[in-house]
Amino acid sequence: MSHHIVEFKDVHFRYPDGTDALQGVSFRITHGEAVGIVGANGSGKSTILMHMNGYLMPSKGSIIIGDLELTRHTRQEVRRKVGLVFQNPDDQLFMPTVLDDVAFGPLNLGMSPEAARQRVHEALKTVNCLGFEHKPAHHLSGGQKSAVAIASVLAMEPDILVMDEPAANLDPRSRRALINMLKTFTHSKIIASHDLDLILDVCNRCIVIRNGIVVADGLSKTILSNETLLEENNLELPLSLQRR
Amino acid sequence: MHMADALLSPAVGATFAAGSLAAIAYASKKLKSTIDDKTIPLMGVLGAFIFAAQMINFTIPGTGSSGHLGGGMILAILLGPYAGFLVLASVLTVQAFFFADGGLLALGCNIWNLGVYPCFLAFPLLYKPLLGNSTSHKKILIASLISAIVGLQLGAFSVVLQTLLSGRTDLPFNTFLMLMQPIHLVIGIVEGFITAGVISYVRNVRPELLEQVMQTRPLDAKISIKKILIAFFVLSLVTGGALSWFASTHPDGLEWSLAKVTGKEELSGQHGEISGGLKKIQDTSALFPDYTFKSNSETKESGDASWPGIEPGTSVAGIIGALLVLGFVFLAGISIKAIRKKQSQS
Amino acid sequence: MKFDKEYFNIGRLDLLSYQDTPVHRLDPRAKVITTLIFILAVVSFPKYEIAALIPFFLFPVLLISFGDLPVGFLIKKILIVSPFAVLTGMFNPLFDENSISFFTLTFSAGWISFASILLKYTLTISAALVLIATTSFPGMCHALRKLGLPSLFVSQLLFLYRYLFVLMEETMKIVRAHDMRSFGKQRMQSHTAARIIGSLFLRTVERAERIYSAMLSRGFQGDVLSLRQERIHSTDILFAISTIIVIGLFRWHSLPVMLGTLIQGAML
Repeated sequence: MSHHIVEFKDVHFRYPDGTDALQGVSFRITHGEAVGIVGANGSGKSTILMHMNGYLMPSKGSIIIGDLELTRHTRQEVRRKVGLVFQNPDDQLFMPTVLDDVAFGPLNLGMSPEAARQRVHEALKTVNCLGFEHKPAHHLSGGQKSAVAIASVLAMEPDILVMDEPAANLDPRSRRALINMLKTFTHSKIIASHDLDLILDVCNRCIVIRNGIVVADGLSKTILSNETLLEENNLELPLSLQRR
Repeated sequence: MHMADALLSPAVGATFAAGSLAAIAYASKKLKSTIDDKTIPLMGVLGAFIFAAQMINFTIPGTGSSGHLGGGMILAILLGPYAGFLVLASVLTVQAFFFADGGLLALGCNIWNLGVYPCFLAFPLLYKPLLGNSTSHKKILIASLISAIVGLQLGAFSVVLQTLLSGRTDLPFNTFLMLMQPIHLVIGIVEGFITAGVISYVRNVRPELLEQVMQTRPLDAKISIKKILIAFFVLSLVTGGALSWFASTHPDGLEWSLAKVTGKEELSGQHGEISGGLKKIQDTSALFPDYTFKSNSETKESGDASWPGIEPGTSVAGIIGALLVLGFVFLAGISIKAIRKKQSQS
Repeated sequence: MKFDKEYFNIGRLDLLSYQDTPVHRLDPRAKVITTLIFILAVVSFPKYEIAALIPFFLFPVLLISFGDLPVGFLIKKILIVSPFAVLTGMFNPLFDENSISFFTLTFSAGWISFASILLKYTLTISAALVLIATTSFPGMCHALRKLGLPSLFVSQLLFLYRYLFVLMEETMKIVRAHDMRSFGKQRMQSHTAARIIGSLFLRTVERAERIYSAMLSRGFQGDVLSLRQERIHSTDILFAISTIIVIGLFRWHSLPVMLGTLIQGAML
């Protein structure tokens, strides 16, 4: 229960087309932490996220998730622990109905249909989407889709929740609902986003990535009020810290 | 062209539906054991892509009329024959439901006409051999054109056969052919150009993507030509046997329109070509056992005769009864709707 | 413009299929089987049959009424016909050499067979539309799977359905962007279409990549598993059996002729 560590040790990654996306990333995230990952476009944020559930494997260096070192053999096991929520819910909801989507994970974990149904119920309850079970994803609004996408990951009861731009397409109200919901989660949370106000609200720690390496790692309120640092990384102060 | 339920007889419809189902089952089985996990979502989304792409209308240069993509060839080229066929069949199925284009029974014919010929004949027997290992745009264009044209010609010819064998229309064989084949020649040319255009575009912009997609094809993608030919031979025997039985017991089939047309004086202008063409067909049909022309007297005896010898008496009764039934049916519908509306309001 | 209309129509049919009415609640398997039998019965009528086809309208009418389906919308869909049936049948009056005398009028029997085709067309298309409007597409697919369709093909249908609307919207956006920049030129050129289709294809492949990674991240190992457990109820069986019996009756006994003869007899 206390070993939900995510540790990157000098991780390098090169894409097949030759791009050196990660050039020695190192950090350590412990149980229950909420960490934001920020940086310019192309800095390597998404690449880092895709390593966390073994979709990508490091060219050099090692990754430890929980008690396991990430290898091709431990990938499936890692995916039980790490729930990855993608940027576009349309990519994440690929089954005909909400019920099918949220049950997809539990069923793949080998659970019985009854146990899976129970998980679905709890997950949908957490995201306030009970009653949507028989709807197809394209009948949902953007905010509802995001919520269901999160539910589909929660249903696997991961220890670590990783999210890529979770509020990107949400209207302000849905975004606020998302932020409030995230604050109630006890999982370890790792959130990559340009929405610095969201990071400020949800994550107490922040890691800045530039050109595939970590250039800053500390408390969100410190890092996100450092104008120079932010501007060096194509960012600016969170709106809530800017003076009008 | 899409076949329609209204033009089909149960025998023809059921035969091709069975054929299409068999093809789907065969392709599914072949894929299941060899398919890459990655291909499953790819096939699904490509199906949606073809569906959407078919709705893009463009002008055909030279004719001014509009055309759209068919997609059979592109799918076979990209995914291989088995997966390509399944994707195309899925697109046609969804169209049959959401557009109700033609009907559900006709779906069997459509999957056969638009799927089997491009994927299992034109692609392995024409496109692949013609293209070989080349990647030149010119060769792609030629291979696409020829396979698309032949595939569509076969499909169009199938439609003609299916319509004629069902016996619901009176279009003579030759006239029908003269109408269908040239149109589909143009459609085939367009399809060939668009197919080559898309493949070339993708090859230019993201060649690695094309490679990636084509690599996900099952390793067993080489179809044994022998197997195809055997399958078609068997199928033609079966359909020939079934349909000849059918044709001999139900005169409202091919030979009925043939009989009508050969006795024709009115079609004087085309008389020479038609009887010439028909004579050829009659000669080939002599290969089928029990394929005879029924005389008029025999047809009056068979219960399901297409020529019911309408007598004024029964037809008037029929009309009166029909109007009554129609009135009753619509009254029933309207009252039920009204009752349900009241129920939901209360 | 036509694209928008198609999209709207499909969307509307799709929405209708999720309603809750007695018809919607029937088991999809029962509906599929009875619809197929209905269609087979209708097309099995000989070339010149008209009167005996009329009672068959009872089925679509009843299902539309009990299914709370919008009549106007469906009629419009039926009228915007696939031209093939009409175009081919249209030649019947021309080529059919038999003629009929009716009181003082003489005309080609081809008109009768053409009318028969039109009736059959209306009936079969209505049956298909009613089926899809009262049964959600996923429900239909699962019914087909239970009836024996290969599960790989059923998965394919379900994936297609899921991304249908997504892809249509994406395509609409591109087509609109093109239309907005083609002042004057009415229609798209074929080479432009090839490029648009090509770029759509690329985006689709990239999307498939993302979907696959989402599937992997939720433990996908090759089999798409399902939770569905539809049970047949006695209402479904009752519906199916009674419908099939009535279809059989209508097929082999021409109700209008019986009625009409009765009336004639009564009047004389």
